[in-house]
Amino acid sequence: MTTITQSDDASIRRISSSIASRRARHGRGLSDRTIAWLFVAPTIALLLAINIFPLLWMIKLSFTSLNLSMSYLPLRVVGLDNFSDILTDEDVWMRLQTTARFVISSVMLQVIVGFSLALLINRQFRGHSFWTTIILLPMMLSPAVVGNFWTLLFQPQIGPFNYVVSVFTGVPPSSFSMTGEVALAPWTIVLVDTWMWAPYVMLICLAGLRSIPDYIYEAAEVDRASAWRQFWSITLPMAVPFLMLAVLFRAIENFKMFDMVNLLTSGGPGSTTELVSITLKRAAFEKWRTGYSSALAIILFVTVFGAANIYVKLLNRVKQR
Amino acid sequence: MWKSANSMRSSRAGATLALFAGVALSALASGPAAAQGKQLTLCWAAWDPANALVELGKDFTKQSGIEMKYEFVPWTSYADRFLNELNSHGKLCDLIIGDSQWIGGAAENKWYVKLNDFFAKENISMDDFVPATVTGYSQWPKNTANYWALPAMADAVGWTYRKDWFSRPDIQAAFKAKHGRDLAPPATYDELKQIAEFFQGREIDGKKVYGAYMFTERGSEGITMGVTNVLYNYGFNYDNPKKPYQMQGFVNSPDAAKGLEFYKELYKCCTAPGMTNAYMQEGLDAFKSGQVAMQMNWFAFFPGLYKDPNVGGDKIGFFVNPAGPKAHFTQLGGQGISVVATSDRKDDALKYIKWFAQPAVQQKWWELGGYSALKAVVEAPGFPKSAAFAPQFLASMAIVKDFWAEPSYAQLLLDMQKRVHDYVVADKGTSQQALDLLVKDWSKVFGEQGKRVAAD
Amino acid sequence: MTIAAHSVVQSSPRAKTFAGAFVILYAVITILPLLWIVATAFKSQSDAIAYPPKLIFQPTLEGFVNLFTVRTRQTPDFIAKLPPPETWYDKLVRERDMVIAGPSKVVPRFTNSLIIGFGSTFLAVLLGTLSAYAFSRFRIPLADDLLFFILSTRMMPPVAVAIPIYLMYRQLGLTDTRLGMILLYTAVNVSLAVWLLKGFIDEIPREYEEAALVDGYTRLQALRKVVLPQAVTGIAATAIFCLIFSWNEYAFAVLLTSGEAQTMPPFIPFIIGEGGQDWPAVAAATTLFVIPIVLFTILLRKHLLRGITFGAVRK
Repeated sequence: MTTITQSDDASIRRISSSIASRRARHGRGLSDRTIAWLFVAPTIALLLAINIFPLLWMIKLSFTSLNLSMSYLPLRVVGLDNFSDILTDEDVWMRLQTTARFVISSVMLQVIVGFSLALLINRQFRGHSFWTTIILLPMMLSPAVVGNFWTLLFQPQIGPFNYVVSVFTGVPPSSFSMTGEVALAPWTIVLVDTWMWAPYVMLICLAGLRSIPDYIYEAAEVDRASAWRQFWSITLPMAVPFLMLAVLFRAIENFKMFDMVNLLTSGGPGSTTELVSITLKRAAFEKWRTGYSSALAIILFVTVFGAANIYVKLLNRVKQR
Repeated sequence: MWKSANSMRSSRAGATLALFAGVALSALASGPAAAQGKQLTLCWAAWDPANALVELGKDFTKQSGIEMKYEFVPWTSYADRFLNELNSHGKLCDLIIGDSQWIGGAAENKWYVKLNDFFAKENISMDDFVPATVTGYSQWPKNTANYWALPAMADAVGWTYRKDWFSRPDIQAAFKAKHGRDLAPPATYDELKQIAEFFQGREIDGKKVYGAYMFTERGSEGITMGVTNVLYNYGFNYDNPKKPYQMQGFVNSPDAAKGLEFYKELYKCCTAPGMTNAYMQEGLDAFKSGQVAMQMNWFAFFPGLYKDPNVGGDKIGFFVNPAGPKAHFTQLGGQGISVVATSDRKDDALKYIKWFAQPAVQQKWWELGGYSALKAVVEAPGFPKSAAFAPQFLASMAIVKDFWAEPSYAQLLLDMQKRVHDYVVADKGTSQQALDLLVKDWSKVFGEQGKRVAAD
Repeated sequence: MTIAAHSVVQSSPRAKTFAGAFVILYAVITILPLLWIVATAFKSQSDAIAYPPKLIFQPTLEGFVNLFTVRTRQTPDFIAKLPPPETWYDKLVRERDMVIAGPSKVVPRFTNSLIIGFGSTFLAVLLGTLSAYAFSRFRIPLADDLLFFILSTRMMPPVAVAIPIYLMYRQLGLTDTRLGMILLYTAVNVSLAVWLLKGFIDEIPREYEEAALVDGYTRLQALRKVVLPQAVTGIAATAIFCLIFSWNEYAFAVLLTSGEAQTMPPFIPFIIGEGGQDWPAVAAATTLFVIPIVLFTILLRKHLLRGITFGAVRK
């Protein structure tokens, strides 16, 4: 492959842009503008149809009392009643708290585990590629299927988890239930989620670590900085944007979490692991309160969108530093 | 130079992508399979009686030439899946054996075909069926002559127990010594608790066993279907018998609170560990694997349990839901079979119902493991002897009480699931508080429908 | 310049061994649950729910047979009167006093997963590549806002999105159709696809296309001959992510399908045996279901890393 020298490059650019613009004007083949719109239009059309139009419909519904299982009742426009119902309902706030606690704990744990793994794998010991692939496997599974088979693994009598714990701690296997006890269940969902997604954080951190140029470390070597010092002043600061990105993605995903937790605990015991998506699903597809659940969905969307916006601005500022 | 070098990596990726595209294009081109010949799809829950119905349905196919296809869904997602199907005007089901509590919604939303004219034309009389099943599975509004289903599966909550353990001399002696009476299936809940405590933690045949198995499932209807058996018998009522929808003082009376407390005590003292989200299947597993002395479950499963090689036959006994201090009821189960209004094969579906209603078919239904609701079958002289659990079944059907069958029943059920599970399993608040909150929840649901709830 | 023993750039052998040991330990612990499930696929019913759990067991293909068939229990006399079993799975089932009544629904469900998964991935990558190219090479008005809007459609919980889609599909007759699911998954995936692919295409220098244009090729031909070959690794990475999403998706599938278009994720957790869940069959289904994804991941794992990198490097 021949390389383009500097002068060639500039002249080619000059020539080709003038030719291209001439072509656009003369219409040889399709003009650039047509192509641009042709290429973008189907995507925009699909998103409008499947994302935007339904969102607008949902906004309209949130002002009504629609209940699908009682659609014979006359449809009442209730204004902001649904919204005020939700915002003054103590139970809804509890669910938001539960969700927030889940998001924070699981993301924190995943970041710690994922970043540590990335640091270790970055040492590039023999066979690290193979073992990395092994670690990636839990990420490949369907969260619903994962939630379902962990119920078997967590069964006090017939599941291996309790037995392994009892081997290490001497606690009898049937004396505790990971998915059934109020104190343990919230940690159980964090544990399973971390098992699934720490590899994802690990991959992002690996990319980040590999993007740190070697010469910075070599310069530090010359300055006789210790390994610890190198970590604190080079590795960590340069990895922070990646960590923050991993946190953003995982936080958004975990806020939306439904399938894994629903199949693992059904939101129980009681409502101790009932995430806000589970509440939404029950309101919309079991109680069929379409108007009410539309309002809840909008509130959730606004919350996540707002939080993500603020976070991304913060992230950009960190990156610029 | 812009004819760039295709690296090894991108050619392998390219090949994989070509594979994607190939599968995708051929897949997109495939359409739905064409239907051949006459057929009907029947939708029900996936449990033992459904398998019996498949066997029974072979006769129908022989007789009419219509092939029967089945869509069976596990109980935990049965309501979810089929209410979704009905709400979305789906075409999956021609016939549906819907839960008894769906009747209100199905009638009001016109999901089912009204069967009055059909019954009149085919001389099917609702007087031929056990009254509790007609009211429970077929009528809406209740106690009016508007029929939306043919009673198909009569069911109620009952109990099984390990007759072999109860008959062991050493166990009998130990029980007599401790409580001064003979060990026998309990007739009241206090007796049941005593027996459960007695068996809890006992070593039998080298394994630790537990006293009782109770429903605690959170997601669909499990814990409600368990708790009502105790609540009814402690004096709980859904509303004022004289003033419909007045719930204050009936749902949350002090007696009802005591009943709820009792359920929690029984759950905490005398059940196997890890049963925090357990419904029908877990009970069968627990009983069949010899973990519990007594099991709460639906009569629907008793034929299968009786046939079980490990715990069936002489080893198993049955008893009716015990009485409480104030009343003696048991929770109604069971379903009726209906024709789905959006089906394209309504005439064929009605043929099936006509066939199913025949006394000979109903008798065979009972023999195969289903529970007929036809008086001719259950009131026949030989019935109590026809199965080990038949007398208890008859006795139970005489004392059944059902949950709300309103169109809004799903909301009412889910509210109760939450409040009861919060209290019994998640240790939240007191039983009185749970029931008070439930009254609030239910008042809200009825209020939204415009049903005036008389304030107290 | 010598590199000190504790350098981060070139780790000492001792540091490498330590790191290796920890990572291998983590990998082994993390793979154990998966191994247990794969093992359960080869256990008999009673071994799968044995109490205490069995580590050593007699392997059997019962789980797989249960997965692929519908069986009814018969009395031993009935079984004795039947003609001798023709195949090995007939024999296996008869030993448990049961008779095969027909095929189960797993093959149609798996086919649905294949069709919907690959179909939506193909469409999403196709639309995504074209749009990404346009965003990258042309000045599209409000490009940044459009891109952010495209990405923000991913912030809604699927259950929330499903509410109006349910109503819409109900009106259009798209509930429980493969087409409906493919459209929905494509719409969800295309946002990620556009975003990722724009990053990849941005990396490809424009000079090559411009040179092609100078040589007389039209824009479309330049796209086909210049850009696409270089973008193949990026397309592969994007395709993997889209496939993983569509393959494993549960919420939309369980809410919007029931019979015809149901995929594997809503099917697997509800495989019921005679008592509770048929754990060997569920484990068998899980094992079979994860194989295609694992295969593609192993084949394209380098592209996976690049794909995540692009999520990280861009905004």
